[in-house]
Amino acid sequence: METLQLEEYIEEQCEIKNYTLEDYEGDVPRWCKGCGDFGILSSVQKMFRDEQVAPESVVAVSGIGCSSRFPHYLNTYGFHGIHGRAMTIATGVKLGRPDLKVLVTMGDGDCFSIGGGHWLHGMRYNTDMTVLVFDNEIYALTKNQVSPTTHCGTSTNTTPHGSVLKEMNVLSVMLGITNVSFLAQTASWTPGHLDKTIRAAWHHKGTAFVRILQKCPIFSPQAFGQDGKVKAPFTFLRDENGIPVDKVFEKMAPIIDHNCKDLEAAKKIAMMEETSSPLGLLYYNPSIPVYNEELHATADKITPEEKVARLNEELDKYTI
Amino acid sequence: MKEPKKIKLEEHIVEFVCDAGEGAQKAAVSFAKVSAKMGNSLWTVEIIPSEIQPPPHTMGSTSGNRIRLSSKPVTNGGNLTNVVVAFNEMNLLSRIKGKMLANDVVVIIDNKWANDSDETIRKQYREILDDLKTKGANIYEVPIEEKTMTLIDNPQRGKNMVALGMLGYLYTRDMDILADEIRSIFKKKSKEIQDNNVALLTLGYELAKETIDFQYVIESTPFKVPMVAMNGNEAVALGAVAAGFEHCSMYPITPATSATHALSEYFGRMGGIVHQAEDEIAAIGVALGSYYAGRPTLTITSGPGMALKTEFLGLTVMTETPLVVVDVQRGGPSTGLPTKIEQGDLLSSLFSTPGDAPKVIMAPTDIEECYHVMITARKIAEEFRMLVIVLTDANLATGTQLYPRPKLSTESFPLPIDTSPIPPGTKPYDWDEETGLSRRIIPGQPGGMCRTTSLNHSPEGKVNHDPDMNQKAHRMRSRKLMTLQKSLKKPDVYGDKEGDLLVVSWGSIKGPIDEAVDNLRKEGKKVGSVSLQFLSPFPPGLKEIFSKYKKVMVVELNYSDDWDDPMVNEDTRRYSQLSMLLRSHTLVDVDCFSRVYGRPLMPMEIYDALSKKLAQKSK
Repeated sequence: METLQLEEYIEEQCEIKNYTLEDYEGDVPRWCKGCGDFGILSSVQKMFRDEQVAPESVVAVSGIGCSSRFPHYLNTYGFHGIHGRAMTIATGVKLGRPDLKVLVTMGDGDCFSIGGGHWLHGMRYNTDMTVLVFDNEIYALTKNQVSPTTHCGTSTNTTPHGSVLKEMNVLSVMLGITNVSFLAQTASWTPGHLDKTIRAAWHHKGTAFVRILQKCPIFSPQAFGQDGKVKAPFTFLRDENGIPVDKVFEKMAPIIDHNCKDLEAAKKIAMMEETSSPLGLLYYNPSIPVYNEELHATADKITPEEKVARLNEELDKYTI
Repeated sequence: MKEPKKIKLEEHIVEFVCDAGEGAQKAAVSFAKVSAKMGNSLWTVEIIPSEIQPPPHTMGSTSGNRIRLSSKPVTNGGNLTNVVVAFNEMNLLSRIKGKMLANDVVVIIDNKWANDSDETIRKQYREILDDLKTKGANIYEVPIEEKTMTLIDNPQRGKNMVALGMLGYLYTRDMDILADEIRSIFKKKSKEIQDNNVALLTLGYELAKETIDFQYVIESTPFKVPMVAMNGNEAVALGAVAAGFEHCSMYPITPATSATHALSEYFGRMGGIVHQAEDEIAAIGVALGSYYAGRPTLTITSGPGMALKTEFLGLTVMTETPLVVVDVQRGGPSTGLPTKIEQGDLLSSLFSTPGDAPKVIMAPTDIEECYHVMITARKIAEEFRMLVIVLTDANLATGTQLYPRPKLSTESFPLPIDTSPIPPGTKPYDWDEETGLSRRIIPGQPGGMCRTTSLNHSPEGKVNHDPDMNQKAHRMRSRKLMTLQKSLKKPDVYGDKEGDLLVVSWGSIKGPIDEAVDNLRKEGKKVGSVSLQFLSPFPPGLKEIFSKYKKVMVVELNYSDDWDDPMVNEDTRRYSQLSMLLRSHTLVDVDCFSRVYGRPLMPMEIYDALSKKLAQKSK
C-alpha cells in the first residue's frame, strides 16, 4: 500500500493541487548539446511552477524549426504546426477560447522570414498571448542557411562567400507596428534575466513579444560574440517598470536607464548600432486594446433558444 | 379600347437593364418579390457592371437583373431571355453580345436616343434595333424618360418605377401588391415620396397599356408554406449560423466575400465572431486554431484562396482537426474570371496537398442546399475529425431562389465546449482499427494534455518516424472516409432508371441538366441523370447505376478537350474533372461535355450536347 506524505495527504484532502516541475515535463528534449533552447524550456517550466499554472489551461503553439519542438517537451496542450504559421494558429486558439493561455514559440526564420506577414499583423492584433522567438541568427534544422537576422558577411551553406544583406533590425520593425504593447529582448545565457523577462511577458495582457538571443552550438556559435564568449555590444535596460537588472550583470555589460513607456526612446535604442543588442523591456504599453477582448465584447453571449429566436428574425427578412 | 390579348405561359425570362445607378436592380427585385408573393417560382441573377465606376451609356455600365418566372419550382436560370427592358441601346447591346437573348425577344426601350443630339448615338441606336428586328425581335420604343418627366424633374430618380409599372402590366401583376411593395421600399421616406413613386408606377402601367396590345399570364398559386428568397452566399451564411458555427475567419475574395458580410451581420447579433485575417493562409490558420480549441469555426474563400490554403488543408487532415472550408468557385486558373462561375476546383480540392490527405467534399446543387449542407458539414467534420470542403460557385452565390423557409431548432447547435476531465492514459489518436475514428481531446480538459503535430505521429500524439506507424496512420485517416461512405445512400437517379444515356454531374449544373433530361424524355429518349452531393467519398453504387445505361457522360463547368478538336484522340484527350475521377473510380468509359463560358449552361445547350451523344454510334 502506498503511503502518502503528510503534505500530499493534506493537499489531496483539501483538493489543493501543488504543481511541481515534473508536472510540466513532456518528452525528453532532443536539442543539441549546448543549445540555448534547454535554458528557455526550464525557464518556462520554472515560471509555470512558481505561478502554479494549471497545465491544461495552456496551449503552446509553434511552427517548424528546432525551437518549434518546444511544445513536445512541455506537458501542456501543444500544437506543433507548420512553418511560419504559429501566430495564426495561436490567434485562433485565443479567439476561440479566451479562457486558455497561449504561448507561442518560433525561430528567427519561422517568425521573421516565412511568417513575416503573420508576425507584423499578429503584433497589430495584440491578441493576448506570450510570444517567444528563439533567435540564433541561422536556419539550423535545415542545416546552416542564412536567416533575416544573420549578420552581413556570414558564411552559410547558401552564402558560402559571405551573406550580402545587412541583418534585419527586427526590434525597430516591431516598434513601428501600431498596437505594439510589450517588446522585450533577453538572452539564453543570462538565466536570471531570461526568467524575469518570460515572467513579465506571461503576466502582460496583450501580445508580449520576447526575442531571446541565443547561439546554435553547431551552426552559429559565433553569434553575439566570438568563440562562445559574450563580448558583443550588449546593454542592459533599467527601469522600475522594466526587467530588474541583477548586480551580476553589471560586470557583463553597460546598463542604461530607459523609460520603457517612451516609444521614441525605445526606437532610438533599437536603431543605435552600438546598442544593437539591448537586453530588457524596450517598450511597454498596457493600455493597448486586446484583440480577443475587443471582439468578444461585441459578441454577446446568448442562450441557444434566444439564438433560434434571433435567427428566425433574420429569416423573416428573407421571407416572401 | 380593345382588351389586350392574354398569352398564357408556363414560364418566362425577363431582364431589366440600365446604366449603373439608374435603379434597375431595385425595381427588378421588387418585381421578383411581387411575383413570388403571387405564387410564381423564380431564379434571379444579378447583372453586375464589369467595373466599379464605368462610364455611362456603355456596355460595361450595364447593371440589372435577369428573372426567370415559372408556375413550377425553378432550380436554375433557364434558357434565352424572352423580354428585355433597357434604358439605352448599349445596355441592350451588352445582352446581345452576351448571346443571352432569344431571337423573338420582346424589347422595351427608351426612345429618347432616337432623337439624341449626338449623331453617333442616334446611328448606333437605330442600327442595333434594326439588326435585332431583322432577327425577329419585337421592339417597343417607348418615351419612358419623357413620360417620367411629366411627374418629376429628375428622371434618373423615377424612370425605374415607370419601367416597373410597364412590367406589371405586361405580366398582369397585381398592381395593389406592387404598390404596397413600393411603399414598403420607401417606408422610411415621406408619404409624398411614396405617393410619387406609386404614381410613376401607375404611369408606367398606363403607358404599357397604350403601347402593348398583349399581356402575359403565368399561372400562379400562392405557396402553402412560407417561402424565403435569398442568394447562395446568404444561404451559406444563415446555414452556418443554424449549424452552430460561432466563428468565421476569412480574407476578402470575390465571389465569396458577401457570405462573410452576411455572417458578420448575423454574428453581430448572435454571439459570433468574424475575423478578417491578414491573408488567406492566416484565415485558415486562425480557423484551424479556433476549431482545435473547440469552437466551431469555418472559413470561406474562392479558388485562389484555396491555393494559398493548401498547406493548412494538409495540416488539418494530418492533425485530424475538424474544419469546414467553403469554396465559392470562380473561373480559373490564376485570377481567371473572378466574378464568373466555373466548377474548376474539384481536383485541386481533392489533391492539392502533398501526400495523401483524405477529406470530405460536398457540393450543394441549389440555394436551398447551400443552407442545409452547412449543418451536415459541421456534423461530419466533428464526428469524423475531418476536413470538409463545401464547393459552391459564383452562380449559386449571386443567384436568388425561392425555397421553403427552414425550420430552426437548437438541435443543430453543438453541445457546449467539453471541459470534462480526461481519464489518465487516454490517447489523442486512439484510432479504432475498424473505422479509423478516435475521440477528440479539447484543450482545457484536465488530464488530457497532449501534443498535436504536423509530423507523423503515434496514437499518443508523439512524433514518430517508424515505417509501420506511418502506414498505419495513413490507413486510419483513409478508413474514416470508408466509414462515412458506409453511411451514405445510393444516389437517386432522375428520369429513366435505365436506358441509353446517363448524365452525371455535381453542383449547380444539376438544374439545367434535369430540364434537358425532361425535354429528351418527352421525345421518348431513354435518359437519366444523377447528381453527386458527395464528391469525396463517392456515394455507394455508382458502378451499378452506370451499368444500366449504354452511355455515361459527365456534364460540368470546367475545361475538357472536345473530341472534334484538332489532335484530340484517345491518347491525348484531357477529360473534365469529375469524369476523370469517375473513370478511375468505376473503370467505366465515362465521356464528358464541359464548357468554361463563365456562365451556367442553359438547358437547351445541354439538350443539344446530350442529343449529339445519343446519336453517336460508338460509346
